[in-house]
Amino acid sequence: MKLTLGPNLYFWPREQVFDFYTEVAGWDVDVVYLGETVCPKRREMKLEDWLEIGRSLSDAGKEVVLSTLALLSAESDLKQLRKQCKDSPFRIEANDMAAVYLLSEAGVPFVAGPTINTYNGRSLALLARSGAARWVMPVELSGDALSAILREASERLQSLPETEVFAWGYLPLAYSARCFTARHHKLPKDDCRFMCIQYPNGLEVYSQERQQVFTINGIQTQSGKRYDLSDRVQEIRAAGATHIRISPEPEGTADVVRRFRRALAGEAVVADADSCNGYWYGKPGLDRLSAPVIATSS
Amino acid sequence: MELVCPAGSYPALKAAVDNGADAVYIGFRNDTNARHFAGLNFEGDKTRQAIQYARDKGTKVFVAINTYPRPDGWSRWQRAVDEAAELGVDALIAADMSVLEYAAEAHPEIALHLSVQGSSTNYESLNFYKRHFNIRRAVLPRVLSLKQVEQVAAHSPVDLEVFAFGSLCIMAEGRCYLSSYLTDQSPNTCGACSPASFVRWEETANGLESRLNEVLIDRYGPGEKAGYPTLCKGRYYVNGKLYHALEEPTSLNTVELIPQLDAIGIKAVKIEGRQRSPAYVEQVVRVWRQALDLYARTPDAFRVKPRWLDALGKVSEGAQTTLGAYSRPWQ
Repeated sequence: MKLTLGPNLYFWPREQVFDFYTEVAGWDVDVVYLGETVCPKRREMKLEDWLEIGRSLSDAGKEVVLSTLALLSAESDLKQLRKQCKDSPFRIEANDMAAVYLLSEAGVPFVAGPTINTYNGRSLALLARSGAARWVMPVELSGDALSAILREASERLQSLPETEVFAWGYLPLAYSARCFTARHHKLPKDDCRFMCIQYPNGLEVYSQERQQVFTINGIQTQSGKRYDLSDRVQEIRAAGATHIRISPEPEGTADVVRRFRRALAGEAVVADADSCNGYWYGKPGLDRLSAPVIATSS
Repeated sequence: MELVCPAGSYPALKAAVDNGADAVYIGFRNDTNARHFAGLNFEGDKTRQAIQYARDKGTKVFVAINTYPRPDGWSRWQRAVDEAAELGVDALIAADMSVLEYAAEAHPEIALHLSVQGSSTNYESLNFYKRHFNIRRAVLPRVLSLKQVEQVAAHSPVDLEVFAFGSLCIMAEGRCYLSSYLTDQSPNTCGACSPASFVRWEETANGLESRLNEVLIDRYGPGEKAGYPTLCKGRYYVNGKLYHALEEPTSLNTVELIPQLDAIGIKAVKIEGRQRSPAYVEQVVRVWRQALDLYARTPDAFRVKPRWLDALGKVSEGAQTTLGAYSRPWQ
């Protein structure tokens, strides 16, 4: 299985983004996803900047994929999307059906991102016939669902697309018209003053019993716990995945990459304390199941 | 503009039809639709009877089969599509690509509407669904401003329906897994958000507490009005501040936007609430019928009547209404 670094879901200053990906060039990941997927107002990075980073990563031997916005609500968002699809020398991760449409019409292979609603093999087959060379499973689906989807799709396709599973990080759970970070600062979305930049990991949301329930990231709502399948990579492999996604954070991601590498090499690793893995087992996402790691060597 | 009204039960359907709905939308009694709640929806002879009732009064019937099947459940979705076709309904409201594909191939005579759960917020996305499944209409998610709706309408390859009234999803529909994060059931997979079977109310020394799968959603002091613990409408702490971090309980009401929606070419307005009572349906449909009729008769002199707002306010969640995403300041 290949290891991928998902798109940065947060909003960091331009210089920090460049520094971060300079480091990433030295990490042992196979694929790096770049680009803004959450908010069109985050404009620290221009398309040219992403392409520049993409070229350096490509020179460092990484496969580079350019990710698109998940929620396209204005004409200007579509304009930006068309530009991305047209100008990118890298493969595109389509995170909305608009991107799927543009790329399929152009006959360009793409990655169907985690916000494309692929819940069954029939839909996956349809996407594959439209040009999806890889798909990322929606984060709320389980390992059993994954196996079933691939079985169903394989009855309809000569060859399956590559399959990626989100395996580490705060789970992107919802997208809204509202910006919850701006709301926290009592600012209207149109005048948000880019408050997200103050929260490089998002903003924690606690219940009145101090349980972290969610994480606010602009218009995106994420899980309150980190999802961590690092101790389940053999199960992910057995379910039929070809790629495993790590979602980047400002600190500590290099260690996570190393841990997944060790797990892929067959070493027993320990998942983060207080992380969750419920979705993988068809349980509430925030649950952590302590099922024993299946010891397989392959 | 066509008035599309919710019918979660036979009495609700009669209330909608009798009070002037142009179309009603229903679901079958299982997880193939996004209001899979105990005691709701239609099956067997009741479905036939309901459709006959609507048809006799000239009201169209749409069937929502708008959740996302997983491979082990496919036969339920397939049966639902076949059943709707046999019943000869006027349209099928669907979101999943495989359901749309099957319906378009097996029953090309049925009009397909892209459900709001399809999460299509722009016309390039609509082009995909038009191209592959020949959808005739799409229901837009409640995340667009009026100006953005206008942009979609100007280029849309299909007719558009928008939400006009009812409980407000603040997340882009079809793109929200908050419910399965806490309970293992989401609108996409099970047709349920914050399902009742996971709700627990408890009177405690700290006040009345509402929980969803044991997670504390809200806590109410004496005299405070308690609402259903929909997880995005709870009160949470962010940076030490306790407030409705995502949204307060509130209802969408766009009656004042009727002239603008018509002017930008919206073909249908939808009332939310298959889970609500026949009394709610009666009240809301009656007001909207009056408003749309008044607008049709005297478009230039259209004014919102205070008694409409009174009547709608009484059945609103949280007893307050908003223009939702249609109005930029709300966003």
